Amino acid sequence: MLKLILQRLGLAVFTLFTVCVLVFGVTEALPGDVCTAFLGRDAQGTRLENCRQQRNLDQPALQRFADWGTGVLQGDLGTSLKRDKSINDLVATRMRNTAVLGFGAAMIGIPLAIILGVMAALRRDKPADMMISGTSIFAMTIPEFVTATVLIFIFSIQLQWFPAVTTVRHNAPIADLIPNIILPMITLALVMMAHILRMIRSAMIDVMASDFVQMARLKGVPYWHIVFLHALPSAMLPAINIIALTIAWLLGGVVIIEQVFNYPGIGTLMIRAIYDRDLPLVQAIALILAAVYVLCNLLADLSSLALNPRLRTAR
Amino acid sequence: MNKPMILEVKDFSLGYTAANNELVSVLRNVSLDIEAGEAIGLVGESGCGKSTLALAMMAFLRSGSQVQNGQIRYHGSNLFEKTEKQLGKLRGGKIGLIPQNAGQSLTPTMKIHAQLAEALRLHSDLPRSTWHQRSLELLKQVRLPAPDAMLQRYPHQLSGGQQQRVAIAMALAGSPDLLVLDEPTTGLDVTTQAHILELLCNLRQELGMTMVFVSHDLGAVARISDRIAVMYAGEIIELGSCADVLRTPAHPYTRGLLNSIPRLDAEGLPPSLPGYPPKVGSVKQGCAFAPRCTHATEQCQQDAALVAENSHAVRCHRSGDLRRESASINVIQLPVKPTLEPLLNIEELQISYHKAGLLDQWRNIEPPVATVDEINLQLNKGETLALVGESGSGKSTIMKAISGIQAPRKGQIELGNEDLSIAVEKRSNQLKRNVQMIFQNPDASLNPRHTVCEILQQPLKLYFGLNHESCRQRAAELLELVRLAPHYLDRMPGQLSGGEKQRVAIARCFAGDPDLILCDEVTSALDVSVQAAVLKLLKELQQQKGVTYLFIAHDLAVVKAIADQVAVLYQGRLCQIGPVDEVFNGVHHPYTSALLNAVLAPDPEHQPKLSGDDASEQHPPAQGCAYQRRCPQADQTCSEQSPPWRNDGNNRIRCHHDLLELTLRNNSPELIEVANF
Amino acid sequence: MTAITATHSVPVTKTESRWAQAWKNMRRSPSGMIGLSILCLHLVVAVLAPWIAPYDWTLQNGYIMFQGPDTEYWFGTDNMGRDLFSRTLMGGREAIMVTLLGTLLAIVWGGLAGMTLGFVGGKVDEWLMRIVDALLAIPWLLFLLLIIALTGQQSWTLILTLGFFYGVAVIRVVRGATLEYVPRDFVVAAKTRGESRFTIVTKELLPNVLDALLVEAAMRWAWMLLAFSSLSFLGFGVVPPTPDWGLMIADTRGMISIAPWAVLFPAMALSTLIISINLTADAFAKAIGLDRAKAPV
Repeated sequence: MLKLILQRLGLAVFTLFTVCVLVFGVTEALPGDVCTAFLGRDAQGTRLENCRQQRNLDQPALQRFADWGTGVLQGDLGTSLKRDKSINDLVATRMRNTAVLGFGAAMIGIPLAIILGVMAALRRDKPADMMISGTSIFAMTIPEFVTATVLIFIFSIQLQWFPAVTTVRHNAPIADLIPNIILPMITLALVMMAHILRMIRSAMIDVMASDFVQMARLKGVPYWHIVFLHALPSAMLPAINIIALTIAWLLGGVVIIEQVFNYPGIGTLMIRAIYDRDLPLVQAIALILAAVYVLCNLLADLSSLALNPRLRTAR
Repeated sequence: MNKPMILEVKDFSLGYTAANNELVSVLRNVSLDIEAGEAIGLVGESGCGKSTLALAMMAFLRSGSQVQNGQIRYHGSNLFEKTEKQLGKLRGGKIGLIPQNAGQSLTPTMKIHAQLAEALRLHSDLPRSTWHQRSLELLKQVRLPAPDAMLQRYPHQLSGGQQQRVAIAMALAGSPDLLVLDEPTTGLDVTTQAHILELLCNLRQELGMTMVFVSHDLGAVARISDRIAVMYAGEIIELGSCADVLRTPAHPYTRGLLNSIPRLDAEGLPPSLPGYPPKVGSVKQGCAFAPRCTHATEQCQQDAALVAENSHAVRCHRSGDLRRESASINVIQLPVKPTLEPLLNIEELQISYHKAGLLDQWRNIEPPVATVDEINLQLNKGETLALVGESGSGKSTIMKAISGIQAPRKGQIELGNEDLSIAVEKRSNQLKRNVQMIFQNPDASLNPRHTVCEILQQPLKLYFGLNHESCRQRAAELLELVRLAPHYLDRMPGQLSGGEKQRVAIARCFAGDPDLILCDEVTSALDVSVQAAVLKLLKELQQQKGVTYLFIAHDLAVVKAIADQVAVLYQGRLCQIGPVDEVFNGVHHPYTSALLNAVLAPDPEHQPKLSGDDASEQHPPAQGCAYQRRCPQADQTCSEQSPPWRNDGNNRIRCHHDLLELTLRNNSPELIEVANF
Repeated sequence: MTAITATHSVPVTKTESRWAQAWKNMRRSPSGMIGLSILCLHLVVAVLAPWIAPYDWTLQNGYIMFQGPDTEYWFGTDNMGRDLFSRTLMGGREAIMVTLLGTLLAIVWGGLAGMTLGFVGGKVDEWLMRIVDALLAIPWLLFLLLIIALTGQQSWTLILTLGFFYGVAVIRVVRGATLEYVPRDFVVAAKTRGESRFTIVTKELLPNVLDALLVEAAMRWAWMLLAFSSLSFLGFGVVPPTPDWGLMIADTRGMISIAPWAVLFPAMALSTLIISINLTADAFAKAIGLDRAKAPV
């Protein structure tokens, strides 16, 4: 048991390391460096020299990777090019804002998705299922920026319930963010729900057709006991890992949603960093987002360990 | 009729809606009365509707099915008029079910104690505080060792036999008066099967339950039932006492079915039933068996009523005439002359799945005991050698080593003068061609996306580099070899029946024109009547082509029918080897006799003898005799030293006990009580 | 002992190809047929757009900014007075071209790599899959943006990066599907027969994995369209003045209160395309008996 958990942790560390290498490697391999990208047309002569010296670009790549890596390990993500500020400071409050957004969406989305997914599976091909599955296809396929725009049109412009764009600063207290967060949260929750719901539905359909569920019915176990005690734990198993993957994949969606609502999170910061060609900041954000992904996967692995006795106990 | 009826099936028909919105009948006008306390067996081949009928007795319909007409009455009230709630009370309570595959029927995420407690909560009036005690009693009642520890386990931590016992305990928790058993021993090893059947017999005596026993295995049904109902294409075609149906079968199908079962006490191959069972729902009127029946008349096409004589009912016009004919078994003898030219030679073969990791090598960890060890086999050209043993005995592993997909750790495998212990990729084309394999389940061994022609072409292209046209020509010839018409070439495997698929697989294997054919349980996925035909085909091909078979089987009667030599394996070690007659009729290794004693026969008198327990083992013991842990005669020496080989003519036994001792025991087997845990 | 199986009723007398059977099943699904017709309409329009478009799609006209839809300008005009109908017709060309090529690349390389990994198995598979997992852990949008930022907005960069990234996800799916078949007896039979690895992968595994791969392709395409339009929306996709739906929405969404049509029509076009792909893929998957929802991402 302990060995398994350690194995998963080791795997997470390995993944993060690979991500570091890849992100660093890509920026190295592509034409130009931090300074040429940043300075753009002015990238020549002494300005370029100075910039390179300042950022230790004259040193070999391996050396710089090692320096950057040690920095990251010590919790120092480096310095932003554009703003000449510590990346840690830039990132901290925005990370908090994105976390509030993502966590809120997950808290609404996941339980709702599970309930609706189970409902759809139990009413398979009946009107209720068609409604739920049909809506989920729409929610899943319409681009986030379209959904967001529609929501803004209805709730901000027509009904004037929520602000269309966030006007508070990134370091405002969470209470001030609340009215601004509702629409982005709904948009994110919708997409997330659609994916998870579909997976729960299909896993649940499989499990409800399995021998042990049929046996439970023939043992006279009441219907809802079968659904929640016998079937759901087994249906969650294949779904969990896929849910984790989906959540991570949706991190891309967060970026767009934040951009649409001008929400001061890590996504808007990332887009700005890319507009500014602020490579150190981009690298740092890539690392943070990858860490979130790895964390999601780790959580999924641990919950499937908790749910699946086959993984926990040998024969 | 002195006893009250517990269950009455009255003119019951059940159908399901097929893809084209047509209602297809699975059960047609079935009527059956079951007295309280009796055990009734429902037998038939796959697709005959026996499981559907059994589940309908619990008012359970698979989705898409519906009752067409008739009713099933339990204690006088129609089951299909009860509410969900009333049914929930009955199912698992007064009507218990023991499922076919207990491993898949126990909820995998719940511990045994939780599942037993659930059954007690739903179906007994016991207070919560006594549930634990009652669970322990139930597990003891089904003769499970160490019930305390068992309660804390998950289903996957138990062996197949243990899972089945837990499922029985769970059914007993509701103190049922009717127990439906849906193929409860299918898929279990012979010895385990014998133990479970013994347990069921005892439970019936102790608790006086009514039993409905569903099985395709007439031997298992004979062991349990008072009466037998034979089903064919959704109808009951013969119903009578166990002795009547098995001794004086009146319906041609029952006769054919009984004849096609290989028996330990018969010589040669059993005759097979011609043709294949009809597709579900395809028979609308007349006798469903008429197209396959040699006695069929004009009248049989019109109708077929169930005619009762005394308590023996038969759905056949001709049963009156047929009964007078003797129901003797005419076996088929296909003598094959084995040569004395050696073909396959295996010496000191050792195989292990364990791969020592770097870490283990550093820490100098002793590798686990090899899965298969000390195998010595010699096989002459034209001979058939059968490897027998229970699951996990290493039969398939040896085959994998011969076919070159599992590297042996030690030892020699030779085909003629050529080395076979190398991986298949390194073998010459000639050598690859000479060793072919037929698999257990043709559903799995034929690529579902290829046509029969494409399937047969693959070896032809690989070995002979034939072009497309000549491939097709040759493929048609191969089909003819296995008695299939050439129009099968363009079919997909999904459109063939089980027996036809296995014939295609056999044709593919003969495409390489091999010397040695490895047959891995080739008939165990087939119905009995089809099995006989496939066995006959294999034997005929051996006559024609002079091929050599290495045959894996768990059914000893099949081995008796087809093999010349037999080797008994336990936990990857040889126990006994020799000519079939001498091994089966001469002196037995204790394990051989355990296997032989557990064999069932479709005979009401036949009773398997149980020796030792059926505990399954994960690994062979590190030293001493492989069978030491289950052997009733094991002593100190057995657990310490490897047993020596003892020869009785060609019959060779590996045991510490001498031949005389073994012979004495064979003649007077003491029944080892299984209950003594 | 399953007595009832709905699939057994395959007619033995006449052999129908699997695809004909799938098409027959698919025709029974109303949502699938609706999806397929919309998809076909989109493709036809994308091909013929330059000839159908009534006006020059880049022509600016300051006098007719944000005109509502009327008989002259069916979809109205945008912030620069360009005809929205012509622009909407043209707006999908680039997106469809780039994503189709990207999908092709993703399926070919992801499919081959996935099947090979699944078949080879063992340590090689184990370690390469960890790298695949690591690649999946990189936030794809960021990576795309980074590469575009460094190399500039060219179609082929987009095709290559999108193809590569989505191919990584395809590997997982195809490997999973392959692993299901590798232990099957027909593959073992091919091995014992001594077939080469290439034959086993192409002749035995590919026909079985093909279903999953086709459905996967449709799915990847829809996802890639989403990604491409998101990039355009952020200003990293198509270079103006070439019309693109994502870009059109980004340009006009600030004015949604005075000119909702300027957002509505490109949004409708984009959404119907993606939905139609999904509906078609769902119906197709159902028609060949696959469960699409189980494929990860």
